[in-house]
Amino acid sequence: MGSYLPSTGAQQAEMLKAIGLDSLEELYQAAPTELILEDGPAIPKGKSELEVHRAMEALAGKNTVFTTIFRGAGAYRHYIPAIVGHIAAKETFVTAYTPYQAEISQGILQSIFEYQTMICELTGMDVSNASVYDGATAAAEAVAMCRDRKRKKALVSAAAHPDVIETIRTYCWASGDEMELIPCRDGVTDLSALQSLLSDQAACVYIQQPSYFGGLEDAAQAGGIAHAAGAKFIMAINPIAAAIVPSPGECGADIAVGEGQPLGMPLSFGGPYLGFMAATEALTRRLPGRIVGETADGQGRRAFVLTLQAREQHIRREKASSNICSNQALCSMVAAAYLAAMGPNGLRSAASQSMAKAHYLAARLEGAGFPRTNQCEFFHEFVTTCPVDKTGLLDYLEQNGILGGLPVDGGLLWCATELNSKEEIDRLIQLIQTYSEKGGAA
Amino acid sequence: MELLFEKSVAGRTCSLLPECDVPDYALPPEQRRERALNLPQLSEQDVSRHYSALERRAHGVNNGFYPLGSCTMKYNPRIDEWAAALPGFAQIHPLQPEHTVRGCTEALRLAGSYLREITGMDDMTFQPAAGAHGELTGVMLIKRYHEVRGDRKRTKIIVPDSAHGTNPATAVMCGMTVVNIASGPDGCVDLEKLREAVGEDTAGLMLTNPNTLGIFDRNILEITKVVHDAGGLTYYDGANLNAIMGVVRPGDMGFDCIHLNLHKTFATPHGGGGPGAGAVGCKDFLAAYLPNSRGQASPESIGRVKAFYGNFLVVVRALAYVLTLGREGIPDAAKNAVLNANYLKKRLSERYQIAHDGICMHEFVITLKEEAKQRHVTAMDIAKALLDYGIHPPTMYFPLIVEEALMVEPTETEGKETLDAAAEVFLSVYQAAMEHPHRVHDAPQRTPIGRPDEVRAARKPVLRYPFGA
Repeated sequence: MGSYLPSTGAQQAEMLKAIGLDSLEELYQAAPTELILEDGPAIPKGKSELEVHRAMEALAGKNTVFTTIFRGAGAYRHYIPAIVGHIAAKETFVTAYTPYQAEISQGILQSIFEYQTMICELTGMDVSNASVYDGATAAAEAVAMCRDRKRKKALVSAAAHPDVIETIRTYCWASGDEMELIPCRDGVTDLSALQSLLSDQAACVYIQQPSYFGGLEDAAQAGGIAHAAGAKFIMAINPIAAAIVPSPGECGADIAVGEGQPLGMPLSFGGPYLGFMAATEALTRRLPGRIVGETADGQGRRAFVLTLQAREQHIRREKASSNICSNQALCSMVAAAYLAAMGPNGLRSAASQSMAKAHYLAARLEGAGFPRTNQCEFFHEFVTTCPVDKTGLLDYLEQNGILGGLPVDGGLLWCATELNSKEEIDRLIQLIQTYSEKGGAA
Repeated sequence: MELLFEKSVAGRTCSLLPECDVPDYALPPEQRRERALNLPQLSEQDVSRHYSALERRAHGVNNGFYPLGSCTMKYNPRIDEWAAALPGFAQIHPLQPEHTVRGCTEALRLAGSYLREITGMDDMTFQPAAGAHGELTGVMLIKRYHEVRGDRKRTKIIVPDSAHGTNPATAVMCGMTVVNIASGPDGCVDLEKLREAVGEDTAGLMLTNPNTLGIFDRNILEITKVVHDAGGLTYYDGANLNAIMGVVRPGDMGFDCIHLNLHKTFATPHGGGGPGAGAVGCKDFLAAYLPNSRGQASPESIGRVKAFYGNFLVVVRALAYVLTLGREGIPDAAKNAVLNANYLKKRLSERYQIAHDGICMHEFVITLKEEAKQRHVTAMDIAKALLDYGIHPPTMYFPLIVEEALMVEPTETEGKETLDAAAEVFLSVYQAAMEHPHRVHDAPQRTPIGRPDEVRAARKPVLRYPFGA
């Protein structure tokens, strides 16, 4: 069996003797004897490191790693600068706990402070927390921030990511709040429908930029409509798109949230990712989770600490703003290191290249008989019809090493990023044409 | 130390992306960002040196002893890190077709089957991202159970006053009212008070066993029975599972649902605060309420609690860990965690007052109540003094039922020499503090900064770099 126990049998015996016991089993004398598992749990015997190495390699080998991906839908493959992985793998960052002891945790606290600053810059908001679990839980926590005694209804765009909608729905059900969907039209939120859904019951309006279907929302107008009815405006933003489209701050958002995965995190079969949350100064004390602030030590040296903890569960217990006590610190460090390496120009380039490639892809798909289903402006995702059998086409692409668009109602949801070269896109189109000509038409 | 933004030089870049090989696309003017984007402009070496400097100003398990109570700071095996970085896991899109992700689904299935055996549960979800998120999911299961039965008056969650703060905060997020019950002096549930507290409005009880004083509650079977007899359900907070894994099972103690902190008990790293993973297990009768995920959509499910399937790469690490330890290694780790705690407790009791006598589980609590009263030496002072010796202090001021508490959890991955050396430091720090109480108020002295002014941080919050504003 494998083991990470440094104590030898002799040392264990010595320690047992020191505490006046004869066996390890005596340590459990408070446990009812009928509960003790005599032979341990019914799982396989332990393995050496080499055996585990082989077993995990075999498991990973059963998955298909696509070299060419035209699928996003909430998880995006972007170029990750080589240095990012090295920073994220530094042993101390990996093995440290939450930085409670500021004197020996300045490195982690400072990295979170830098992350908070970058999120404020990206979103155009005043204040950011240290991150939450992912974009979906950030959305649900933001909705919870807006609730008050009179206003208990959240209006959520049907053009948001389905997992986000479902997560908000679950949190609202649990807390006893109401959630209603704002219909979608032409791939984005139907703002006239929003207008008619608003009432003095509405606590907040949630819009995602770009929408799940890739469409660019008129977020400023949505925010204006929400505010006119006295509701808060929560705007989710793709952090890469934020480099070139109007930031939540410019659109009048009270809270900005989003999925931080595109900022240097690999696809990872869905996690761990990063939920970012930023707000106007007025909402600072309603933010959930950790927040790092700058102060000084007794000698006036710059110091960072976890602050505004009176919001949190370990102080406030049942009166806390949320139960959350962790943050995705290592993922927020990845995001900060990614943004530091990319810089403003690199990030803008990743954004505008993703957008350009997506528009090139859309034009080529249209030429191949796959026109877009919506007319809205889009960033790096869009929906096309699929005049051939979807499954057959996607299987054919898969045989050629390509992960095609995601099947959705009405067609396929495609995505392109700076990683998709013109050559890859041209090859995709050629394969689609070959498939269609072979009689793949439905 | 300077911030990234202070090291920025206008015009400096890393060369990362090629020229765009397709025509540019221009957004209409109203869809363009106008706000400046103040990100740092740095060379790759600037970035490299910055983070190396930050690493030197941090402390991880790799740097030294980390007996942070309730956090289980055990060694994080590097083979688990290696496995999680395999392209066959890390490069997989969450929405790939089923037949292209068989390795991922098998990893989740295997991890689930092993952890169910270890906990005595029938089903499990990996969607929750952390312990508190697991608690939230678990209490949602309880809420759903009563709701489906039409038992709508069950709105109260009983929580002992020794519990983690996340327990009551979670209950409130689920629309429940919290009933706090006072614990006995050993942190154990007072059976009489529990019997008084339960009734027709009881939704459930949230409990950790061993409790936050590190004591195994010997009445556990009676406790779960009292709640069940009243029609409530029982929730096991897995924060302290490391003491008992493979020795006794929460399922056999009478718990209906549980969460596990994979980042504590199953050795996945804490990452400076996350990501963790909070697997939730339950008995058969609650399985239909588990969160929806791929290919599973029970009409009675509570719904999703997170996008996709949870912190998958954390589960991969935990799986590698369980495969390594296996049937013998899992209980052996627990027993040694308990042995180490009892040994260190014995050594420290030479000077320190232990909050509760008798055999402890994986952790124990020191109280500096008398020292604070008589010598003005607090738990905080001792903790800060330890920093100068390269030891991460124990958890301070928790559990709340012990005054001037220091909660010590050595874990099983520390050897006797480490425990002996740490005991010497603890004892000498104590002696020095008693002899020169004022000196310890100024500790630490050898760390990158001294004690920060937390009051100023909270009164005049500076939460971001101001860019000369």
